[in-house]
Amino acid sequence: MSEIAPKELRIVGFLCNWCSYGGADTAGVSRFRQPTDLRVIRVPCSGRVDPLFIVKSLLNGADGVLVSGCHPRDCHYTDGNFYARRRLEMLKRLLPFLGIDEKRFHYTWISASEGARWQKTVTDFTTQVHKLGPLHSTTEAQIGS
Amino acid sequence: MRVGVFICHCGSNIAGTIDVARVAAEMRKVPGVAFATNYMYTCSEPGQEEIKQAIKREGLNRIVVAACSPRMHELTFRRTIEKAGLNRYFLEMANIREHISWVGLDKEANTNKAIDVVKMAAAKVMQDKPLFSQSFKVNKRVLVIGGGVAGMQSALDCADGGLDVLLVEKSPSVGGMMSRLDKTFPTIDCSICILGPKMVDVAQHDKITLHAYSEIDDIKGYVGNYQIKIRKKATYVDWTKCTGCGLCMEKCPSKNSYDHFNFGVAPTRAINIPFPQAIPKKAKIDPEYCRQFVKGKCGVCAKVCPTGAINYEMQDEIITEDVGAIVVASGYGLMDVAKLPEYGGGRYPDVITGIQYERLLNASGPTEGHILRPSDKTEPKTIVFVSCAGSRDKSCGVPYCSNFCCMYIAKQAILTKDHIPDSQSFVFYMDIRSPGKGYDEFTRRAQEDYGAKYVRGRVSRIYPKGKKMVVMGADTLLGTKVEVEADLVVLANAVTAAPGAAQLAEKLHISYDTFGFYVESHPKLRPVETNTAGVYLAGAAQGPKDIPASVGQGSAAAAKVLALFSKDMLESDPAVAKVNENTCVGCLKCKMTCPFGAVKEKELRGGKIVANVIETVCAGCGVCTSTCPCGAIQLSHFTDNQLLAEVNTLCQK
Repeated sequence: MSEIAPKELRIVGFLCNWCSYGGADTAGVSRFRQPTDLRVIRVPCSGRVDPLFIVKSLLNGADGVLVSGCHPRDCHYTDGNFYARRRLEMLKRLLPFLGIDEKRFHYTWISASEGARWQKTVTDFTTQVHKLGPLHSTTEAQIGS
Repeated sequence: MRVGVFICHCGSNIAGTIDVARVAAEMRKVPGVAFATNYMYTCSEPGQEEIKQAIKREGLNRIVVAACSPRMHELTFRRTIEKAGLNRYFLEMANIREHISWVGLDKEANTNKAIDVVKMAAAKVMQDKPLFSQSFKVNKRVLVIGGGVAGMQSALDCADGGLDVLLVEKSPSVGGMMSRLDKTFPTIDCSICILGPKMVDVAQHDKITLHAYSEIDDIKGYVGNYQIKIRKKATYVDWTKCTGCGLCMEKCPSKNSYDHFNFGVAPTRAINIPFPQAIPKKAKIDPEYCRQFVKGKCGVCAKVCPTGAINYEMQDEIITEDVGAIVVASGYGLMDVAKLPEYGGGRYPDVITGIQYERLLNASGPTEGHILRPSDKTEPKTIVFVSCAGSRDKSCGVPYCSNFCCMYIAKQAILTKDHIPDSQSFVFYMDIRSPGKGYDEFTRRAQEDYGAKYVRGRVSRIYPKGKKMVVMGADTLLGTKVEVEADLVVLANAVTAAPGAAQLAEKLHISYDTFGFYVESHPKLRPVETNTAGVYLAGAAQGPKDIPASVGQGSAAAAKVLALFSKDMLESDPAVAKVNENTCVGCLKCKMTCPFGAVKEKELRGGKIVANVIETVCAGCGVCTSTCPCGAIQLSHFTDNQLLAEVNTLCQK
């Protein structure tokens, strides 16, 4: 496991290259302050995010996972985000069966121009995960370990 | 495996809030990393030279650059390592600037995060495979969407460059907003006099095919090979027969039809030619007002038409075309003044918008260039211009500046004085924004030579009092209330995205901002390109723009198309899906989900069915990869193993 600062939790972000990664870049260019807990993995499309990546992250050490893609109907690949939405909605309902609080997972849509929206999403989601506390010191996800 | 890691300071942009030396030191401990260093400006020429030399000196075969966003410099560094003899896909970038140093102030936390992110990139790069592009043929035809001044300029420049151009315009005539203007600032050129010849050129150019009164129904394909469906909307007039004589318009009994071209300043006929200089100069029936459509009987135009061009049964026609690049110049819209109830626009006839006033000034407009109040057709003597009517006002949802209103108000104040010498103009303004060439002098001329009274402050309310309109506002420079009794009020209503802009963006797969304006690849360095290869932007579709800027951008977009088409073959992005035929079970779920139809069935020797990806059609989204139940179809450069390498680096118990 890599290092994290004290008081930080481990949050993984899967961001689509076209909208949300650009949105996070816009937030950076605009110097919108954000909590440092989230680390980004760039994917071409939110439709590339296999729900198993999220399960694997959560079972193996992440305290929260955020997936963000282009707004529905505005996908760079026509309808990749519709596939993402269907899969991720299913996953959200499946997580409690794995003993994981579904609040540890969030998916959203942020366009490349919405830096402020990215800042708010990261801040809110980080706060939400912090409220739940670290995943792996609790009894959650014992099934997976 | 010998990974080299280069951590960029980006001056103080990164090094200011990340301990780059510590990141480099940590990276040296990572197995597989042979070399790690930090450098002041990695993207500079000496910085890139440093990478090349390190590759040779240290025998590196994988490179990680921890710097800015890959959306900025991935291509730069790919080229760098390629020059040093590595495959360009043996590069990973860790974004430690936009995602870390610029958004967090805590150096300790930032440094830890940077170490994580660079380690993830190193884990990914160790999984990377060499990839090679394929070449494909380019269809050297270009589609221009929008026949305003930007679109026309683009179409003409492309056509002059030898390309076949399809120009698709939504309204019955090309010309766009500029064709509605009377004069243009800051030279007081007659707008249609400079635009008219361009419109004729568009119509007569043998390389340009004009589809007026047409819309884009559907767009499929990719750069170099787009398939377009164009809907030619029913005009109920056979344009091959119509000579534009205007007899039908003269005889049409539906005299109170809404005039889209004149923004309803005066009524028009249900069958009309939008304006005298229209290109193509053909009539069109507005079925919303036509008696034949509304009441089911009339037929006057059909009776009088000397060429028998009227056809009430006409249907929309869909035509398909193939092009290689697209220029989007779909223009802008204007805010509905009903959203500003305190100004009474839409409620009081003598409160009109800037573009409506423009039609009153115009010699070919409904009043033949005489300024007459809409209510009683008298000449107004006191005219109030209200700038920023909706613009720069968060509560109206338009926090941005509409760009050209300050200038057109100054122009209209000058023209008003020319038309009615004993008139007095008042201009309520927030700031005068006139940064263009000759613009500031022009706004000053309006005040000094033409006596327009500029009052700095917002207007709070406009209400009628007898025959006058009372404009209540403030003079924030004097700190007093101001009340003007005006004969006519002109609102410079905010510029918005064109109606339907979002739907068009969805068809084109380009992004748009919160306000509906299209987003360019890079606000400074790639201002006419979109993130979709082969789609370029021109004019006010990207944001409010005046004529010089629109024309400039139209030409720029054309230059981009010509540059793209200067090659006969384009290189495909090799980051596409690949099928492992040994593990594929032939369920073809990937084929069902592929948004581009890039997956086809293939029969192997022995009759086994497997999926097969057409490389040039695959756009590289990876939906198939996360669909495949047995992991047999993998998106190159973003395979399960590559992404899980990142996940595992970050999350390992």
